[in-house]
Amino acid sequence: MSEFSTNGYLDMELLRFTTAGSVDDGKSTLIGRLLYDSKSIFEDQLEAVKRASIRRGNEHIDLALLTDGLRAEREQGITIDVAYRYFATPKRKFIIADTPGHIQYTRNMVTGASTANAAIILIDARNGLTEQTRRHSYIASLLRIPHVIICINKMDLMDFSEQRFNEIKADFIDFAGVIQLVDYTFVPISALLGDNVVDASVNMPWYDGGTLRHVLETLEIGNDNNLVDPRFPVQYVIRPLSDEFHDYRGYAGRVAGGIFKPGDEVVVLPSMLKTRIKSIDRYNGPCEEAWAPMSVTFTLDDDIDISRGDMLAKADNLPIATQDVDMMMCWMSEQPMQLNGKYAIKHTTRDVRCVIKSVNYKVNVSTLEHIHDGSNVGLNDIASVSIRTTKPLFVDSYSKNRRTGSLIIIDEATNRTVGVGMVL
Amino acid sequence: MTKNRILSHLDELEYESIYVIREVAAQFERPVLLFSGGKDSIIMTHLAMKAFWPAKLPFPLLHIDTGHNFIETMVYRDNMVKKLGASLIVGSVQESINNGRVVEERGPMASRNLLQTTTLLDTLEKYKFDAAMGGGRRDEEKARAKERFFSHRDEFGQWDPKNQRPELWNIFNGRKNQGEHFRVFPISNWTEMDVWQYILKENIELPEIYFTHQREVFNRDGVWLAKAPFMTLKDGETFEVKTVRCRTIGDISCTGLTLSEANSLEEIIAEIAATRVTERGGRADDMRSEAAMEDRKKEGYF
Repeated sequence: MSEFSTNGYLDMELLRFTTAGSVDDGKSTLIGRLLYDSKSIFEDQLEAVKRASIRRGNEHIDLALLTDGLRAEREQGITIDVAYRYFATPKRKFIIADTPGHIQYTRNMVTGASTANAAIILIDARNGLTEQTRRHSYIASLLRIPHVIICINKMDLMDFSEQRFNEIKADFIDFAGVIQLVDYTFVPISALLGDNVVDASVNMPWYDGGTLRHVLETLEIGNDNNLVDPRFPVQYVIRPLSDEFHDYRGYAGRVAGGIFKPGDEVVVLPSMLKTRIKSIDRYNGPCEEAWAPMSVTFTLDDDIDISRGDMLAKADNLPIATQDVDMMMCWMSEQPMQLNGKYAIKHTTRDVRCVIKSVNYKVNVSTLEHIHDGSNVGLNDIASVSIRTTKPLFVDSYSKNRRTGSLIIIDEATNRTVGVGMVL
Repeated sequence: MTKNRILSHLDELEYESIYVIREVAAQFERPVLLFSGGKDSIIMTHLAMKAFWPAKLPFPLLHIDTGHNFIETMVYRDNMVKKLGASLIVGSVQESINNGRVVEERGPMASRNLLQTTTLLDTLEKYKFDAAMGGGRRDEEKARAKERFFSHRDEFGQWDPKNQRPELWNIFNGRKNQGEHFRVFPISNWTEMDVWQYILKENIELPEIYFTHQREVFNRDGVWLAKAPFMTLKDGETFEVKTVRCRTIGDISCTGLTLSEANSLEEIIAEIAATRVTERGGRADDMRSEAAMEDRKKEGYF
């Protein structure tokens, strides 16, 4: 890592991406290679994995043991949870949300996808598009991951055939139209041999795109946050009550969309009162503007009653204030969803209660068919659902804003998060 | 700040952590910030200060004191608390031993590291803290890679890794029953390198032991440990003077020292960039077994 100079390294971009798949896809091999080739695996970690691999009687070093952190996972040789991994290249810093790929882990894939700027979908070149490919792509589309990278893996087993690559590519483009995937790119790789992962492949001279690492380093992530629709959920009210800041009243929060500047007129929801931003404060000094996802503190011209769960927006661009919310829901609990059941909801910084009014349809995540079989929504199911809340929520559609279009559903008896929703 | 409105990785991590810390202050009645004097808890304190400025921290700091601290850490702690005008609570492992809550380990490998868990849980219960923020990071250790930002603990303080709440987007579920509490890890997504770069960028003062100095040490199983009154030598071990620094700080009995001449933050960053061993590679407490950290965490460790 001596290639990093201290100064340039202080100002890198951050890219969060998710991977889904099982050991058979070569996913662990791929992640292992990305980490290893960027020198993010250390000697003591590698030694520990070597020792464990030998003890288990494996022929090769099992890189999955690096990511499978829990005892039960190592014993059973499976990944049961989202694991977060970190590496950096001279251009960017990366956070990987690594999730298991089988259908019974849909909730983990959804979890990993929720914070990702990009998704890597692995296709075995021998098999082409499979049920699993369709499922992963659908989840990437449902969770609105801005960029999708399709790695066509095991090209070495198909003689690095350009024709095979183009066949799979054409199949995927057809499918991408169906699920409304917009930004996607293809890379032919061999994770095992390293072709087009970090170094360009000498075996595929016909491929003129970048290596996977190059694609990850150069994806345009500037527009991943909504910079159009101003939304500021109030998180915490700061009142120092000190001699120096006797009358200070600041509204702390994280900008969820758009751009705010001192002097801007803002509307407070739900009161609909108007005021202006006096200053945007941070410890290091005031800001000239604040945008998503900055954590800042606003002071306002007028002394009006504002508390946690309120939202600041602008008169000509308001979120939808509603008690009736239609959404795509992923159910995450072994306890099935109760139609007409009451649940707690967290949306931005706002807490309300809701009742589940109707299940419009469920989605078969492998075939994408809509199922109209009544109201049974269980673990890992994805369904279109309508709810009614006790107080209005200030929402945007999830496709417009991932921060103001997402919510979680909590069982009030167990306090567990049992479902998640994306506002339609 | 750039025109295209892309944040640097350090800014993005800082905004995320500040959001999590404010969320703790908003969702819990009696939060506390765990402070060990190590660099991770130092940047946690710095981030908390920024989160609530110009108000003071809306929660106290809690130091679980093994009694086996580097003197430099204690001096630093007391200065920092004074500067911030924060309140400090100390939970003493020695007191837990005196009260018969725990029994001191014996022999040359003895450490008070495990005993801390009891003192921590007792102190959380005594003050009725319902959320304890710590500086744990997911890149530190494989069991931590699966940790949530908001990590639920039952009434016995235990972690159930196979039964964790899903955590999506930036929505954190801190709901709990009476007697349960949360551990919260606002710097989950930071790496060791991020922490050092942030210390450099923000010009944060650190305890002197992070920088190179001469110290009497001895070598045990390839790890350099510091001489202290309660450290006993095994056959064949001898004290010698070496030029060392700490890469991570725990209590003296389990903190491995690095042979190093790094005397500035820039030199430390260059050293870490070139190193091939993780920072916990020198932690005797992690080497006890493949799942040592997971087992300790289940019981209620930091």
